Amino acid sequence: MAGYEGKTFKWVGTRPIRPDGVDKVTGRANYGADMNLPGQLTGRILRSPHAHAKIVSIDTSKAEKLTGVKAVITGKDFPDMHNGVMPGDEGVNFHHLSSNIMAKHKVLYDGHAVAAVAATSAAIAEEALSLIDVKYEILPHVIDVDLSMQPDAPLLHDDIFTSGVNPKPEKPSNVVQRIQMQLGDPDAAFKDADVIVERSFKTKAVHQGYIEPHAAVAEWSEDGQCRIWCSSQGHFMIRTLTARLLKMEAAQIRVMPAEIGGGFGGKTIIFIEPTAVLLARKAKRPVRVVMSRDEVFRGSGPAPATSIDVKIGAKKDGTLVAATGEFRYQAGAFPGSPVGPACMAAFGPYALTHVRATGYEAVTNRPLCYSYRAPGAPLSSFAVESVLDEIAQKLDMDPMEIRIKNGSKEGTQMVYGPKLKAVGNLECLKAIQSHPINKIPLGPNQGRGLAAGFWFNLGGQSSAVVNIAEDGTATIMTGSPDIGGSRASMALMAAEVLGIDYSKVRPIVGDTSAVGFCEITHGSRVTFATGMAIIQASEDIVLQCRQRVAKMWEVDVDAVKWEDGHALPAGANAGDQKPLSLAQIAGKAARTGGPLVGSAAINAGGAGPAFGVHICDVEVDPETGHVTVLRYVAAQDAGKAIHPSYVEGQIQGGVAQGVGWALNEEYIYGEDGRLQNSGFLDYRIPVASDLPMIDAIILEVPNPGHPFGVRGVGEVPIVPPLGAIANAVARATGVRMTDLPLTPPKILAAIDAAK
Amino acid sequence: MSKLHISATVNGEAVEYLCDPKQTLLDVLRDELNLTGSKEGCSSGDCGACSVTLDGRLVCSCLVLGVEMQGRSVETIENMASGEELHPLQQKFLEAAALQCGFCTPGFLVAAKALLEKNPNPTETEARYWLAGNLCRCTGYDKIIRAVLETAADMRGSK
Amino acid sequence: MARIVLSDEFGRQFAGGQTHFDLDVKNVRQLVRTLDDMFPGIGEQLEAGAIAIDNEIIPDPWLNPIQPNSEVFFLPAIKGGRGE
Repeated sequence: MAGYEGKTFKWVGTRPIRPDGVDKVTGRANYGADMNLPGQLTGRILRSPHAHAKIVSIDTSKAEKLTGVKAVITGKDFPDMHNGVMPGDEGVNFHHLSSNIMAKHKVLYDGHAVAAVAATSAAIAEEALSLIDVKYEILPHVIDVDLSMQPDAPLLHDDIFTSGVNPKPEKPSNVVQRIQMQLGDPDAAFKDADVIVERSFKTKAVHQGYIEPHAAVAEWSEDGQCRIWCSSQGHFMIRTLTARLLKMEAAQIRVMPAEIGGGFGGKTIIFIEPTAVLLARKAKRPVRVVMSRDEVFRGSGPAPATSIDVKIGAKKDGTLVAATGEFRYQAGAFPGSPVGPACMAAFGPYALTHVRATGYEAVTNRPLCYSYRAPGAPLSSFAVESVLDEIAQKLDMDPMEIRIKNGSKEGTQMVYGPKLKAVGNLECLKAIQSHPINKIPLGPNQGRGLAAGFWFNLGGQSSAVVNIAEDGTATIMTGSPDIGGSRASMALMAAEVLGIDYSKVRPIVGDTSAVGFCEITHGSRVTFATGMAIIQASEDIVLQCRQRVAKMWEVDVDAVKWEDGHALPAGANAGDQKPLSLAQIAGKAARTGGPLVGSAAINAGGAGPAFGVHICDVEVDPETGHVTVLRYVAAQDAGKAIHPSYVEGQIQGGVAQGVGWALNEEYIYGEDGRLQNSGFLDYRIPVASDLPMIDAIILEVPNPGHPFGVRGVGEVPIVPPLGAIANAVARATGVRMTDLPLTPPKILAAIDAAK
Repeated sequence: MSKLHISATVNGEAVEYLCDPKQTLLDVLRDELNLTGSKEGCSSGDCGACSVTLDGRLVCSCLVLGVEMQGRSVETIENMASGEELHPLQQKFLEAAALQCGFCTPGFLVAAKALLEKNPNPTETEARYWLAGNLCRCTGYDKIIRAVLETAADMRGSK
Repeated sequence: MARIVLSDEFGRQFAGGQTHFDLDVKNVRQLVRTLDDMFPGIGEQLEAGAIAIDNEIIPDPWLNPIQPNSEVFFLPAIKGGRGE
C-alpha cells in the first residue's frame, strides 16, 4: 500500500468536470426508465390496499382476456423459497425477499404487491389491474414499534422467534432480535455522576426520497438467457438476487447498469426486477416496469420509525461517567432494520468507559425497512446528542466544551469492541469551534445547535480493469454504480497512478458480464474500496510498462522507474536511455507482449471511520411554530478528498436530508393502516427555499488503511443534523422536544405547554 | 379510445404524433418522440424533473395533456445547447459540480433558464423561490443556487 | 497468546458468559475452529459476523494472520450498513 506518503498529488484533490457530466446536463444520460426496446411492453403492479390481510383468492381471468394484455402473474409464478438465511449473502432471507416482491398468502402492508400485468400500453395495463379480483380477509394490523413489541400485538409471521434472549422463546413474536453491547459497568458507574439526564424519544418513518422511481426493463430469450437494464445501487446484487429468487444461474442473467437517479440506500435491494423478468418470459416480449411515486412511497424500503431511551451521567466538570441506550427500531413487514449499526454508532463520538447499547427490532405492517444513508445512526445519534446537550445546559457548560472534553480519538475503545485508529473527530470539533458562526449574535427566538456523528465506513469486494489504448489513453471500468460522481474520482486516481492527464482517462461502469464482481454501492465504500481496486489495476499497468521497457532496454525491471507517465532509467546502471511515455510504450505493445490490460480484484479491509460535526442556527416563529434554518456549517474528516467538490456535495446533500428528517418528513398512517401521504406534495422534502447555503468544511486526517488516505464520505453527513436541529430548536424555544419531526403544530403545542 | 392526431412544434421543429387522450405531454415526449431528457419523478407536478417551456412559459410537462399541444410550441432540455456549445447554465453546472445523480438536472436547467430570461439579476432568495418547484435530493441545493447566480452574473457581464 | 473477545451475546449464548480468551492461534480459520471445538455451534455464528484484528475491521475474514500479541474482536455484522 505504501509509496504515496508525503507525495504531492497532481490530480487527486483537484476539481475537474466529471466525465459523465455533459450527458447529464443535456438530457442524454440514460436512466432506468429511459430504455425503450423494440416491442417493449408496459408492466404494472397491483398493490394491496390493506395493511394486513389474508389473500383468499386472486382471479386474473378478466384481465387476461383484455385485448393488449400479454401476461399476468401473481405470487404463484414465483418459485417457493426455502425459509432460511443463505450464508454469504449478507443475511438475505430469500423466503422473505420473495414474499416481499410478490405476496403469496398474506399481504403485510398497504402497497404490498399481489399481481402484475404486461400490456401494449400503460392505459391497457392499468385497466387490466382494475380487472384483477383479489379477495382479502382483513386482519388486525400494527405499525407503531412499541405496540408491535407487546405480547398481544397482531402477529405478522409465525416463523419469527426472538433471537438474542434467554431462554429461547417457544412462541413466535414480532420482535426479531435483541442485541446488546457493553463496556465496563454503566449501572454502577452512574453512582459517580453529579448529573444524570434520562429521556425517551420517538421518531417517524421517513423515505430516502430519491427523485428517480425504481425502473427496470427485462428481456427474455428462448435459450433461457435474460437481460435486465435497471437503476440500482448494485447490478451484481440484482443479478445474484434475481438468480436466487427465480432459480436461475447467475451467468444466464446480464444486468446493465443504467444511470441511477439517487439511491441513498433505498436501491440496495431488489423490488421489481424478478417481476419484470417473469412478465417478459410469459409475454415473450421485453417489459418495462417503472414505479409511480405512490408505489415508491408505499412499496419500496423506507427507513424505520423508532422509540429510544437514553441515559447519560456526568461529573460537575463535564466528564461523562456512564451512558446507556435502549434502541427499539421498527422493521418493515420483514426483518431488516438497522438496529445493529444504530447501537454501534450511537455513542461513537465519545470516549466512554462505562456504556451499554441495547437494541430491539420488531416487524410492523409497513413496507420493508431498508437502508437509508448511515442506516440507523441518525436516530440513535439524535437521542444521544439531545441528552448530551441537556447535560451541558444543566452543568451550564458550553456544548462544544463537553464534546471536546469527552471526544473519542485514536485509541478510544468503541462499545462494539475495537479501538479507533487515527480519526478526525477532535479536528472536526475544533474546526467548528473556531468557525466565525460562533461570533454571530443570535436574535430573539433564535437558537444555535451542535451535534457530532460517527459512521464506520465499509470496504469489501471490488473489481477494476484498466485498458490502455494504442495511443496511451486509458479506459477504466468498475462494477460500482456511480451515484454521486464516483467515476470522476476513479478517473482521478487512475490518472494519478498512471501519470497521464485526467482527460485521457475515460471511466465506465461495466455490466455484470463485462467486469468482475463488485458489492453494492453502499456504506461509503466505493471511493475507498473500488478506488483501491482502480489504484491497484493502474499499478499493474505501471509494472507491465516497466517490464516491457526493461525488455527494450535490455535491463532488469528494477532499473526502470515510472514518473509522470514515463518510464525512466532508475539510475546510472540502466544506461543513457531517453524517457518513454505511456503512449510510446502502448504503441509498441504488440511487439512487447500484447495489449496492456491491468486488473485488480480485492476484498478491501482497512476502512477508516468518519466523523462529522455540525452547527446550525435556527429561528422559531412563536406564532406559527415554523422553524427557519438560518445558517448551517458542517465539518467532516474525509481522510483524503479525491474530488473535493463532490465531497462537499455529499456533505451538503446529507445535511439537507437530515434537516428534512428533523423538521418535515414522516410517514403518516391512518387508523386503517394505510399510508396517507404517498406523494411529494404531502411528504414534503426540503426545497431550495427551505434551506440556507451549507458551509462544508473538509478535513483530511488520512486513513492508514488506504494508499491515498481515503475514508468514505457519503454516510456521516446525515448523522448529526437531527441532533443539531433539535438542539438549536430547544435553545431557541427553551423547550426540549423529543418527538421527530419537529413540525409547527408540535412546536406550538410544546411552547404553549411550557408557558 | 382512439388516438388523436396532433401537430405541434417541438424544439423548433414541426412534429406530428398520435396521442391517447390520457397521455401527458411528458408521456408523448418520452414514449412517442423519444425525448427522454425530461424525467418523470412524480407525475403530479411536485418534483419539476419534467420541466419544459410551453409557448415560452415554464410548466411541468406531466401536468399538460398531449392532446393540448395542437398548434403549440414546446422547448425541452434536448434543445438547450446550441450545436456543440453548451448553454452557459449547462457549462456552469458542470464546472460548479451542481449535480450529483443528475436526474433532476434537466428540470433545474430548464427552470433556471426560464428564470434568467425573466429576471437576469435574481437575488439568492428569488432564485431559491423560483426553483422551489424543482426537487433535488442529492445536493442540498447549495451548488445549484450558486451556479445559477454565477451564470446570471456572467451572462450580464457578457452582454 | 492472542487476546480474543466475544460479544456479550455470544459469550452468554455459547460460552457460559465468558467473553475473554487467550488463545494460541495463527489465523482466523484456526481461531474459529478452536472456538468451535470449545463451544460447539459457535463457529457458524461467528462466521456470519465481522471481525476486528488489532482494531482493523475485516470483511469476510478467513486466513488473515493473527499475531501472538494480537487483539481480536468478534463483532455483530454491520447489517443494513447500506447507505449511499
